[in-house]
Amino acid sequence: MSTVTNTIFSPELAARFDHLVTIYPVKRSALVPMLLYAQDEIGYVSDAAVSEIAVRIGINDLEVRNVLSYYSMLRTKPAGKYNVQVCTNISCMLRGGYGILDHCKKTLGIGHKETTADGTFSLEEVECIGACCWAPAMQVNYDFHDGLTPEKVDVVLQQYRDGQGKDVK
Amino acid sequence: MADVTLIVDGKQITAPAGTLLIEACKSAGIEIPAFCYYPGLSLQAACRMCVVRIEKQPKLATACTTTIAEGMVVQTETPEIAQARKATLQLLLGNHPLDCPVCDAGGECELQDMTFKYGAAESFYAEPKNHREEQKWSPVVYFDRPRCILCYRCVRMCGEGMDVFALGIQNRGSSAVIAPNVPAQLSPDDLAHVDCEQCGMCIDACPVGALTSGTYRYKTRPWEMNHVATVCTHCGDGCKTTLGVRSTSDGSEIVRGDNRDKSGINNDFLCNKGRYAFDFANHEDRITQPLVRQANGELKPVSWEIALDHVGKKLRELRDTRGGKSIGVIGGNRLTNEEAYLLQKFARTVLHTNNIDHHRTADYVAFAQSLAGHGERTASLHDTLKAPAVLIVGGDPTVQSPATAWNLRTNVRLNRAKLYIANAAEIKLRRQAKAFLQLAPFGYNALAAYLAGDEAAALSATSDTAALSSFRDAVKAEENLLILIGSELRGAELKKLIDFGLTIPGAKFALLSDYVNSRGAADMGLLPDMLPGYTPVGATSPMATEYAGPNALGLDMLEMFDSADRGNLSALYVVGANPVARYSIDPATLKNTFVVVQEMFLTETAALADVVLPAANLYEKAGSVTNSYGDLQQVSKAGDRAGVRTDFEMIVRVADKIGANMQSLVPFGKGLRADMGQTRGVQSGEADRHAVWLTANNMEPRLSPFDSFAILDEIQRLVPGYNILRLQLLSGNDQHLSPAATPLVQISNRRDLVVPANDTLFTSGTLGRYSTMLCDLQQNEILRASNLTQIQTAAD
Amino acid sequence: MPTLVSHPDEVKIVSRRFGQGAADIEKYIELDGYKAVQLAISQGAEMSNWIINTMKASGLRGRGGAGFPTGMKWSFVPKVSEKPKYVLVNGDESEPGTCKDHVIFLHDPHSVIEGTMIAGLAIGSKLGFIYLRGEYRYLLKQVEKAVADAYAKGFLGKNIFGSGIDFDIITQTGAGAYEVGEESALMESLEGKRGVPRIKPPFPAVVGLYGGPTVINNAETIANAPHILLMGGEAYAKLGTERNGGTRLFGISGHVERPGVYELPMGYSLRKAIYEVAGGIKDGKKLKAVVPGGSSCPVLTADEIDVGLDFDQMGKAGTMLGSGGIVVLDETVSIVEFAMRVISFYQHESCGWCIPCREGTDWIKKTLTRVYNGGGSKKDVDNVQYLAENMMGRTFCPLGDAAAMPTLGFVKKFRKEFEDYIEGHKAGTPLITVEQLVGAGH
Repeated sequence: MSTVTNTIFSPELAARFDHLVTIYPVKRSALVPMLLYAQDEIGYVSDAAVSEIAVRIGINDLEVRNVLSYYSMLRTKPAGKYNVQVCTNISCMLRGGYGILDHCKKTLGIGHKETTADGTFSLEEVECIGACCWAPAMQVNYDFHDGLTPEKVDVVLQQYRDGQGKDVK
Repeated sequence: MADVTLIVDGKQITAPAGTLLIEACKSAGIEIPAFCYYPGLSLQAACRMCVVRIEKQPKLATACTTTIAEGMVVQTETPEIAQARKATLQLLLGNHPLDCPVCDAGGECELQDMTFKYGAAESFYAEPKNHREEQKWSPVVYFDRPRCILCYRCVRMCGEGMDVFALGIQNRGSSAVIAPNVPAQLSPDDLAHVDCEQCGMCIDACPVGALTSGTYRYKTRPWEMNHVATVCTHCGDGCKTTLGVRSTSDGSEIVRGDNRDKSGINNDFLCNKGRYAFDFANHEDRITQPLVRQANGELKPVSWEIALDHVGKKLRELRDTRGGKSIGVIGGNRLTNEEAYLLQKFARTVLHTNNIDHHRTADYVAFAQSLAGHGERTASLHDTLKAPAVLIVGGDPTVQSPATAWNLRTNVRLNRAKLYIANAAEIKLRRQAKAFLQLAPFGYNALAAYLAGDEAAALSATSDTAALSSFRDAVKAEENLLILIGSELRGAELKKLIDFGLTIPGAKFALLSDYVNSRGAADMGLLPDMLPGYTPVGATSPMATEYAGPNALGLDMLEMFDSADRGNLSALYVVGANPVARYSIDPATLKNTFVVVQEMFLTETAALADVVLPAANLYEKAGSVTNSYGDLQQVSKAGDRAGVRTDFEMIVRVADKIGANMQSLVPFGKGLRADMGQTRGVQSGEADRHAVWLTANNMEPRLSPFDSFAILDEIQRLVPGYNILRLQLLSGNDQHLSPAATPLVQISNRRDLVVPANDTLFTSGTLGRYSTMLCDLQQNEILRASNLTQIQTAAD
Repeated sequence: MPTLVSHPDEVKIVSRRFGQGAADIEKYIELDGYKAVQLAISQGAEMSNWIINTMKASGLRGRGGAGFPTGMKWSFVPKVSEKPKYVLVNGDESEPGTCKDHVIFLHDPHSVIEGTMIAGLAIGSKLGFIYLRGEYRYLLKQVEKAVADAYAKGFLGKNIFGSGIDFDIITQTGAGAYEVGEESALMESLEGKRGVPRIKPPFPAVVGLYGGPTVINNAETIANAPHILLMGGEAYAKLGTERNGGTRLFGISGHVERPGVYELPMGYSLRKAIYEVAGGIKDGKKLKAVVPGGSSCPVLTADEIDVGLDFDQMGKAGTMLGSGGIVVLDETVSIVEFAMRVISFYQHESCGWCIPCREGTDWIKKTLTRVYNGGGSKKDVDNVQYLAENMMGRTFCPLGDAAAMPTLGFVKKFRKEFEDYIEGHKAGTPLITVEQLVGAGH
């Protein structure tokens, strides 16, 4: 049973949040993980999620928004089911990261921070994801794909299209 | 704390250990520029303007975060430092719009001043500036994002200072922005808003023109106004507000209220009323001509001469035919001390009546009598900022006396003062309280009884008697406790609480009331049973001797209307009050009474008058006022309106038309000063006493009966407790006065006539109804509340 | 999955369990896992001093980039404190060019856990946090599992290894912010706030997380601790150079034949690292420049690479060892484009707290972008240099310097290339097309 009545989250996530606020010396430490996990479930951090998380932590909505807007992985608008994040920072750039990004744009027919009409994919150019030695790299949701070539990208995207991609959460 | 000595710019300076370098320098007259630093708020070190060179440190250091250390050697203005500051300014000016010619802050802008000083005029950038539309966050708060330099003063002011937390910082890097607490997507008009107390402190703190005031924006330029420091009319704290005044065809118009130099009793603070609610002066319904009721029942504008003649003639006739006892006088809570004093003296000595009262918002008589002989036990507003522990019984300072609340929050934040609160409501200050005791509804009297030792009263005071007992123990263990009392406690119960407090070593007291001169009205004797200074009517006193007024107690407010109802009140003279609305008087009550009202507007009371005399308000006159705490301050004339007169002048003129001896009413002119009053008759002897006093005090006589200082002189001479320091008053400072009442045994026998004003942050008695800005804010509040309800309903 | 590489010159200390399935607790134990913590506990009353002295003797310096001696850092924590003390592991690896912690979390998560316990025992803390950047979710899972396994074995929790001491570990995720890699910003983030740095002093060792004394170390630093205790401080120190003890992980990326994370002794030649360990420049091209320790380090030109990879030698060479992320640029790279991409990153990641960093990164980025797009003038190069010089040392936290230093390196060492570019002689093969200038860093 969730400590919040009428929770907007799934019973599992609500239970997880119930637990999360109890493990830290200070409740508020759960804020950033909660926002990210809420986004994982809903697809973005909705206003309702902001309000419920504020209640769970015991702070006001504004404070949640202040924090939410600081972190680049958190978004307040829905993205595709699979968010393709192509790194173009220096190590990836030197090994063709922009070419990969271009390829994704053409293949998916969408630009930076756009979502395909069917909602399957969204695309994002991101800063260094810590895969420099295996560049160029990208993440689909939380899953890493490295040593990319346009051909490899096609294979990866097809896996997701076919529902066979990994979906780490 | 021990002193620390350091060398700044080659000069040896000394400051207490723990002082921040920027403050130590300021005390020594060395100004270090800073945008983000604001005394008393948390440190940011974000603007990097206060960088200085400290010997043995590798980098420039921020003076705002450096604590001084013994032997520290500091440079505050070297070419290196100037370059660092210049570079910072250049970066800011890259995006900051150069709309200074139309910006409200132009001429009062810290960024402008710094640019002037460090000469960052050159621009390196070819890129266009980021433009964004201005946003209306509330009727009084506007946000111009491109002007914002992100110093976070507003955010801290709102959160730490006001405990409101309506402003935050969102996004990051060059996209970082100050954001209000109602985001656009949750607002019915799709625009972002602030849900807050509308105090305007964020605007005050803003070093640039990013936050501007709804009442002032784009109205005028700072240098086109005269800036007159005076006292806010709205609540019992009596904050200093500086009114910006501009000449118009029919006088001078107040266009701005602000806390310009922060030199007043309120320090950094000013609430929405002090800042915005001056606009009643410019309200279109203002009466600017005397009105006299005609035979057909209509009020018709007439000349001043006709009106005053009429009033004088009628009052003299009624006094002479039906006696002074048939005349009632009601004064206001926003009159100056001089006007209040003059009004009661006029009533007692010219109209020969003690039927005098005012709308009482706290029982100052019982307060003064309970503290008789304990003058040192009365607290000043300053004590709220310094007291190590504070007990608040009743009241809601956040709403009723915002400066008190500000000081208490500051005291808790900076000095870790302990706050004990006993209240029947969950007032906001409980968030700062060490202990909050939830009283039962109307549980104040029981609490007073319990504290006085009546254990049996515990259950009537609160349902949580365990908390009550530990609350009492904690309070009793304190020393130098400041006890703030709301208007809920009156008469005998008030005395019980004070008696309890007097057992605590060093405890001080204040009784909170509702308007700028509620305390002054009581101190000045706008009471049927008390002469000024809580001198009982009928008792022997120098004042009674000089007045030679009636000895019988007068009628109080309600008795006067009862008397009118019975047809026994021949005349009612009302100065700056609206008793008809406040006490819900049936208009028919006054049908047989000759009613004279000095007012700004056709209020419920003025509408019933036979003569309405157009009055100036507090911002249009000079004099003095006394706040809830007994702190006396000077009021200066800021605005002016053709056609209106001050209440002081009108009383003098009416007295003159009645045929009173003007010199004995207002001691002006030379008098007979040589013979020490020994050989003269009664009349001249009175004038002489004043003259002798003036001589003894090295003061010159006043030359005009319209000079309110003549009355101030008499107040100082005659009113116990009003030992005024002239220089302190005239230099615009406050001074604390203590009542020196004679203790009366039968406090409880007095009738309880206290009616709290129950004003919110957005109302201010009758006057507030004529402030467009306060009305807008009320509307804003109602809209906000209804939206909130809708949103909550939708979420259910 | 990141591929593991190897080279004969490597000295495998922190990487010795890589590729052996040590994420599994049984395997980790088999490979001497959790022996170091038990060895520490066996020191009895001398435990704390023994750990700190061993760490001091090892000459281990912080692997996050600043290179502060770890033993000394631990010794700064007051022995007695009213508030609880904390150990905080910084796994917010975000410096472009750096992916070494990635490999540790993947191949040897228990070494981080054991290191955290050791740090906790050293300073008298009962609670450690392992903070991973939000993007490393799959690694967080791995670490979470490792922590759960350690609890299941009774290694964490009450009375660890019969010592009478309790120690707990909480894992935490970030949500995308480079600035959170700064130690005080990380504490803010862990306290559920915006990842904005704190005013120092007070330093974390005195007032850190939740106001308590806190040791905060990079994940690689922490992962080294068990190895150091087992092999002895002196033995570890001897592997490196004077005042630069031991080995470290170098991530060599960019235009090399065999990019990867290699563990090399401190002081190893940069030239050899590029030409031998990483197999030389990709496709037989010529070397143009090296960014030696993550993108914030000033660039070295092709003839400046005869330098040893330790904190002091790199400092003398006018750059930094940084986070050990060596990014190699071949002759085809346009420095104008590269400099623009670097500053774009810092502009994107500036937290916005202080004016010089927030506005400085923004204006340098805008100016370099315009120069890149052909709209520059020679004055712009001066302006960029002026902006960067005026950011240096003036910002609230090191991010401003991290943006200014490489910028100054580029415009000073490659000024002629900027000027030629502005005059229309564009060197290098563009990697970014103008249409692409809309994404993350742009």
